[in-house]
Amino acid sequence: MNDLDVLESQSIHIFREAFNRLDKIAMLWSIGKDSNVMLWLARKAFFGHVPFPVIHVDTTYKIPEMIAFRDRVAAEWKLPLIIGSNREALAGGMGPDQGRVNCCSALKTDGLKQVLREHGFTGVIAGIRRDEEGTRAKERVFSPRNEQAEWDVRDQPPEFWDQFKTDFAPGTSLRIHPLLAWTELDVWRYIRREGIPVVELYFAKGGRRYRSLGCAPCTGTVASTAATVDEIIAELETTRIAERSGRAQDQESEDAFERLRAGGYM
Amino acid sequence: MTATTPFRIVVVGHVDHGKSTLVGRILSETGALPEGKVEALKEVCARRGMPFEWAFVMDALQAERDQGITIDTAQIRFRTEARPYVIIDAPGHKEFLKNMITGAASAEAAVLVIDADEGVQEQSRRHGYLLHLLGLRQIAVAVNKMDLVGWDEARFRAVEAEIRAYLAGIGVQPTHVVPVSARGGDNVAAASALSPWYAGPTVLGALDGFAAAAQPVELALRLPVQDVYKFDHRRIVAGRIESGRLKVGDRLVFAPSGKAARVATIEGWAGTDITQLAAQAGQSVGFTLDDQIFVERGEVAHLAEAAPIISHEVRARVFWLGREPLAVGGRLKLKLATAEHQVTVAAIERIIDVTDLAHHSGGTVGKNAVAEVVLRSRSPIAYDAFSVNPRLGRFVLVENYDIVGGGVIAEAGGAQHQVKSGNITAVDHKVTPTARAAANGHEGGVLWLTGLSGSGKSTVAMELERRLFLKGWQAIVLDGDNVRYGLCSDLGFSPEDRAENIRRVGEVAHLFAQAGMLVITAFISPYRADRDRVRAIGPEAFHEVYVATAIEECERRDPKGLYRKARAGQIPEFTGISAPYEPPAVPELVLDTAGRSLDDSVGELLAYVERVFGSAWHNVAGYGI
Repeated sequence: MNDLDVLESQSIHIFREAFNRLDKIAMLWSIGKDSNVMLWLARKAFFGHVPFPVIHVDTTYKIPEMIAFRDRVAAEWKLPLIIGSNREALAGGMGPDQGRVNCCSALKTDGLKQVLREHGFTGVIAGIRRDEEGTRAKERVFSPRNEQAEWDVRDQPPEFWDQFKTDFAPGTSLRIHPLLAWTELDVWRYIRREGIPVVELYFAKGGRRYRSLGCAPCTGTVASTAATVDEIIAELETTRIAERSGRAQDQESEDAFERLRAGGYM
Repeated sequence: MTATTPFRIVVVGHVDHGKSTLVGRILSETGALPEGKVEALKEVCARRGMPFEWAFVMDALQAERDQGITIDTAQIRFRTEARPYVIIDAPGHKEFLKNMITGAASAEAAVLVIDADEGVQEQSRRHGYLLHLLGLRQIAVAVNKMDLVGWDEARFRAVEAEIRAYLAGIGVQPTHVVPVSARGGDNVAAASALSPWYAGPTVLGALDGFAAAAQPVELALRLPVQDVYKFDHRRIVAGRIESGRLKVGDRLVFAPSGKAARVATIEGWAGTDITQLAAQAGQSVGFTLDDQIFVERGEVAHLAEAAPIISHEVRARVFWLGREPLAVGGRLKLKLATAEHQVTVAAIERIIDVTDLAHHSGGTVGKNAVAEVVLRSRSPIAYDAFSVNPRLGRFVLVENYDIVGGGVIAEAGGAQHQVKSGNITAVDHKVTPTARAAANGHEGGVLWLTGLSGSGKSTVAMELERRLFLKGWQAIVLDGDNVRYGLCSDLGFSPEDRAENIRRVGEVAHLFAQAGMLVITAFISPYRADRDRVRAIGPEAFHEVYVATAIEECERRDPKGLYRKARAGQIPEFTGISAPYEPPAVPELVLDTAGRSLDDSVGELLAYVERVFGSAWHNVAGYGI
């Protein structure tokens, strides 16, 4: 087994644990490369099937190519897709001009909480990785949230020997993170090996490309000439620029991302 | 680019001995930090008016920066010329031990950091002990802050000798002991000119010297069933191969049920459905069987010639993380591979003081302590000793939704059965008394307390029931007064009615006993003939206890005021006053409660019960499950 085989096998194990141990689960699909890899792994884990709903939280500010990709892949793979939005906040005029962190909290975090509440999901599978950001490095594979979907980083359950927290008090829920141990480079190498489709926005046009995808107003491009998966892999092997450097909401204050996550952001 | 799984290391040690500083320095020296990270942190420090700390690289959280201690395991990567690494920064603060275990349990090797000035401290020992308990065998020691002791070789040798002595006590020999100044970067990546007396490797050199752990392909096949899927026409058994190899055509036996079938296909999906002929340890697989047997999550597939141990009892070394102490009689959920079992703490054999390795017996196990315990399960557990196969020799304990401990299983437990495939399938259809006894940890039976009113039968019975329950026994009291509210509410106290009362209770008691329970009855049952009839229903299960408290003492106690009423002629046919009591001719036990404490009386009875009903199943050979 090479390193990608080890990661794949571990992720499949996590998917199967979540599916077996939790009552009602769903998977988040941000349309980004990581959640596409997650979809692929889910189909591997369940032999071509995705036996739980796939949620996309639509802020309505997403880059248009992402939505087109979502609708095409969802149809092709026959995904049980749920699209959620915080309609109330949008009607109230929420947008990045109200403050980027406020906007993320309302449209992404609250939007997600609304979908979870509406459908009564007790577990949600998310594609975060430890190497993305220092806060995510602290995460557990099975990470409990309280009734307000808040994360208590200071009091996390022990997690060892692949025995996850699968018992929890009524009202609490879990975030499950099958990609926690993967790196950005692993994700691209796996995309190459398996031939997983990704949005064209990742590939350089005119000397720039998206390294991380989010909402159009808050997601910037990085200087790059990497126009193929191979070229992206070659670029990542040498870069020392942080993956989320193009994500404006993280930079709003020193601990912006930490506060977003404690409130329930992915 | 290499396609190697990063080597996982954990950095442990006493609080403030410099773990995070060492990690920050390693990341910097190996060029692993994103551009601008150090500069950004230096800026933050300047803004807060505090000196820059390498530890801040790891302590990315606001709360940590404020408190100055690491609170959770973070994982950051770097690579040397030899290979890639994942570094798990485990915190040293005492209350965060569960996080350290979370980090250390997945590591292949460890660096134990010790302050050259402070020397070996409580957490240095505790972490060293836990690393060993978690199965880590490769430990390097970094004696840090050598700059604070002026790079004094004598001081280094003293700390080295102290930690080597401790580790030797738990059977660990460190691969290297390196004198270091993490802050100054000495002997981290490059050999320092400040320690000309040290000829060993740098910290990075010590890391590169660790041997990579291999998947346990050569061990016997262990494939815990994780789930069974029926998404389409296929019935796919899914699970991860924890050890050994799986091939199409293998005849698998599932423990503990003993069912068996051959592997028909190994299923997969890689864009479209695929099948393979073989798979090995580490792979998450799905397979179909040639025979539609019912297997479920928790069972362990193995080859017939190399079966795991199947037992209701597990003897293990446990580290306890629960807020409340672990005590005998405690009920927990044990999770081992994909199986879950309800267990009772049957015994706490030794409590280990990890600071001086002294053993204490008895008592309860406090938070963060280590103990050797015996756990008894209602259901049979399939496992291996940790030393034989770690993947099937370790478990976690769950209480009130939380993981509160972990354990590694010692060599042979008290009562184990190397089940041979073949004579095991009959179990589905027949639960034998011995099988029930094995599940309960004791035999079913009737403990028949007879004696005068006020002799102490009910009081003793209720206390005995409570104490047996706490020990995990299936025990219930049938009390004279209580049955007369229901089962025998139509009966009075004439000799005929008393006989019928006892007959009914006797039948019910024996039914309970057959169901595996220990039934404690508390009835005056004054007539020998009535009691003998009850004995005749199931002579082997019937144990008669004569509560022989003298009538004078009973009348003095008179807890219900009945003697007074009887003496006043208000109760007709009152045993001992106006009706006879026939003491047993040959009771199994005589118990006089006069002048003794309840604790003392019950203690005597408890000892009898444990002797007669308790350990019998230990001697049962091949109990038919």
